[in-house]
Amino acid sequence: MDTPTQRILTDEMIAEIREMYKHFPVKRAACIEGLKLIQKHHKWVSDQAVRELAEVLEMSPDEIDSVATFYNLIFRKPVGRHVILICDSVSCWIMGYAEIADYLKKKLGIQFGETTADGRFTLIPICCLGTCDRAPAMFIDEDLHRDLTVEQIDAILERYP
Amino acid sequence: MEQPLTQHIPKDGGWLHLKDYEKVGGYQGLRKALKMTPKEVINLVKDAGLRGRGGAGFSTGLKWSLVPSPDQVPGPRYLVANGDEMEPGTFKDRLLLEGNPHQLIEGMIIGAYAIQAEFSYIFLRWGYQNAEKAILQAIQEAYEAGYLGKNILGSGFSHELSMHTSVGRYMCGEETALINALEGKRANPRAKPPFPVVSGFFGKPTVVNNIETLSNVPHILDKGVSWYKSLSKCEDGGTKLYGVSGKVKRPGLWELPLGTSFREILEEYAGGMRDGYQFKGALPGGGSTDFITAEHLDVAMDYNSVAKVGSRMGTGTIIVLDDRTCVVGMVLNLEHFFAQESCGWCTPCREGLPWTERLLQAIEEGQGRMEDLKIFDDLTRYMAPGHTFCALAPGAMEPLQSALKYFRADFERHIHEHRCPWK
Ligand SMILES: Cc1cc2nc3c(=O)[nH]c(=O)nc-3n(C[C@H](O)[C@H](O)[C@H](O)COP(=O)(O)O)c2cc1C
Ligand code: SF4
Ligand code: FES
Repeated sequence: MDTPTQRILTDEMIAEIREMYKHFPVKRAACIEGLKLIQKHHKWVSDQAVRELAEVLEMSPDEIDSVATFYNLIFRKPVGRHVILICDSVSCWIMGYAEIADYLKKKLGIQFGETTADGRFTLIPICCLGTCDRAPAMFIDEDLHRDLTVEQIDAILERYP
Repeated sequence: MEQPLTQHIPKDGGWLHLKDYEKVGGYQGLRKALKMTPKEVINLVKDAGLRGRGGAGFSTGLKWSLVPSPDQVPGPRYLVANGDEMEPGTFKDRLLLEGNPHQLIEGMIIGAYAIQAEFSYIFLRWGYQNAEKAILQAIQEAYEAGYLGKNILGSGFSHELSMHTSVGRYMCGEETALINALEGKRANPRAKPPFPVVSGFFGKPTVVNNIETLSNVPHILDKGVSWYKSLSKCEDGGTKLYGVSGKVKRPGLWELPLGTSFREILEEYAGGMRDGYQFKGALPGGGSTDFITAEHLDVAMDYNSVAKVGSRMGTGTIIVLDDRTCVVGMVLNLEHFFAQESCGWCTPCREGLPWTERLLQAIEEGQGRMEDLKIFDDLTRYMAPGHTFCALAPGAMEPLQSALKYFRADFERHIHEHRCPWK
C-alpha cells in the first residue's frame, strides 16, 4: 500500500490555490490552475498529487483526473529533464515534419510518448503551435524551434544536457 | 494602404507599450465610447459591418445586442476574448497578442461597456509565452493608467480584466467549451440553446469574441463607420489578417483589405509557389474549411465570396497544397488531428472520426477499396451540421468531402495501384 510520506502540495501551494478559487463561486473552478501549479513544481501530476488536490478543492480524485487527462499539456506520467513537443499538424506535415520526427526517434532511440533511458528527453507529438509560416516547428521545454531541417537537430539537442 | 491593426507593432519583435500606443491614438476609441450610451456603441459596431474573425463570421454588433440588458437580467455578465488559436494552419491572433496587447484590451473594455459587463477574461492558448508576458504587463499598465478598475476615466463604469492560460486542447476554442475550461472543467461544449449570450460563464450572459475581432473595435469607435467600411473591398467592413503556409516562396501573414483576392495574396504577398512546385489547391481558412482549386484563384477572400465557391473564409489563414504533396496524406493528417481532438461527447464524432482516419490510413497504405469512398459520404451525413453538439465534426469533414470532389482521381489511383503514388 502506498503511504505517502511526503506531501506534494506544500502549505504555500495550498495558499496559492485558495487565492485562485477566491474569485469564483465554486472551489472546483481552480482545478486546472491547481494542476498547472503542481506541474510547475513537479513536472508531472502523480496519483498522490491528484488525491491531495481533490482534498483542497473538495472534489473526488476521479473528478480531478477527468480534467487532468482531458488536457494535452497535463502530464500524468513522469517526463524527462527536457520535453520535446513536435508539431504534427498539417502545415508542418507538408513542410517535412515526418523526416524530423523519424530522425528524432532514431537519434533518441525512443518512440512517441517515451523517455530516453537516461531520463534526458521525452518526445511527444502535439498539434499546431501557431507558427505555421515557419514550419516545421517544435518546442523543447519553453523554447520554440522553427524552420527545422534534419541537419540542425543534433546541434539543437546538444543545448539541452 | 491602411493597416490599423498591425502598422504600429514594433518590427523588432517587441510589443507596443502603453505610452507608444497612446501616441498613435490608443484609448481614444474608449474615451469616445464612454461618452456614448451602450446601445449607441452596439449600433455603431453593427453599422460598421464588423464580422467575427474567429471563423463563423457572425456580426459582432448583433451578437452584443443579444445580451439581455441589466434591467432585463440583473447580475454579472462577462466578456471573453478567445485566444485559443489551435486550428491547424492558423497563426494570425499570435501577432496581435504578442505585438499589440493594448489594442485588444481597449477593444475588450469597449465591448464590456457595450454589454455592461464588469468582468472579462483573455483566454490564451498554451505556448504563446511572449504573448503571455506582454499581456500581463499591458494589463498592469492599463490598471495604473486608470483604463481598468473602478470608475474608468471618470465615467462611472468599472471593469476588471484577467487572463487564463490554457493547457492545450483544440476544443477549448469552441465558445461553450471555452467557458467550461474557464470554470475549471473538461472542455466539452454545452448543448445550445441556451446560447452563451444568455447563459454562459457560471450561467450568466457571456459574449465570446475572437482576438482579431476585438482588436478591430477601438478603430471603429475612434474613426467611425464610413472610414471603417472604406478599408474593405467588399460589403463587410475592415481589414483582415491573411496568412499563407505550405510550399510557397514567402510564407507569412499580412493585414490587407477584407476581400483581397486569393490570387493577389498567393502571388504578390506569398511570392507564388516555390520553384519546382505547382499550385494544386488550398484550404482558405484553416484545417476545417473546404478545398478550393486553381479554378477559384480569383475569388475574393471575404465571407460571402468564399462561401459562393463552396468553401468558407474561416480564419483567413491559407494552407497551400502543391502537386508534389499527396492529398490523401494531407487529409489523413487532418483527420488524425480531428479524431484525436474530438471531445467524445457525441457518438457520430467519437466513432466516425477514428473510422474516417483508419479508412484513409488504409487507402494511403495501398489497402483501400472503392467501397470506402462511399463510406466517407455516409460518415459525412452522420456528422452533418445539426447531428453533433459542436462544429468540430462537420468542420472535420469539409476538407475530406471537398478533396473527394476535386481530387477523386488521386484517391482512386491509391486504390488501384495499391500504393501511394507520391511516395
Ligand atoms: C472546434 C472549434 C474550435 C474553435 N476554435 C476557435 C479559436 O481558437 N478561436 C476563435 O476565435 N474561435 C474559435 N472557434 C469559434 C468559436 O466557437 C466562436 O464562434 C468565436 O470565438 C466567436 O468569435 P467571433 O464572433 O469574434 O468570431 C472554434 C469553434 C469550434 C467548433
Ligand atoms: S462534435 Fe465532436 S468535438 Fe463537438 S461536442 Fe460532439 S464529440 Fe465533442
Ligand atoms: S501546423 Fe505546425 S505550427 Fe501550425
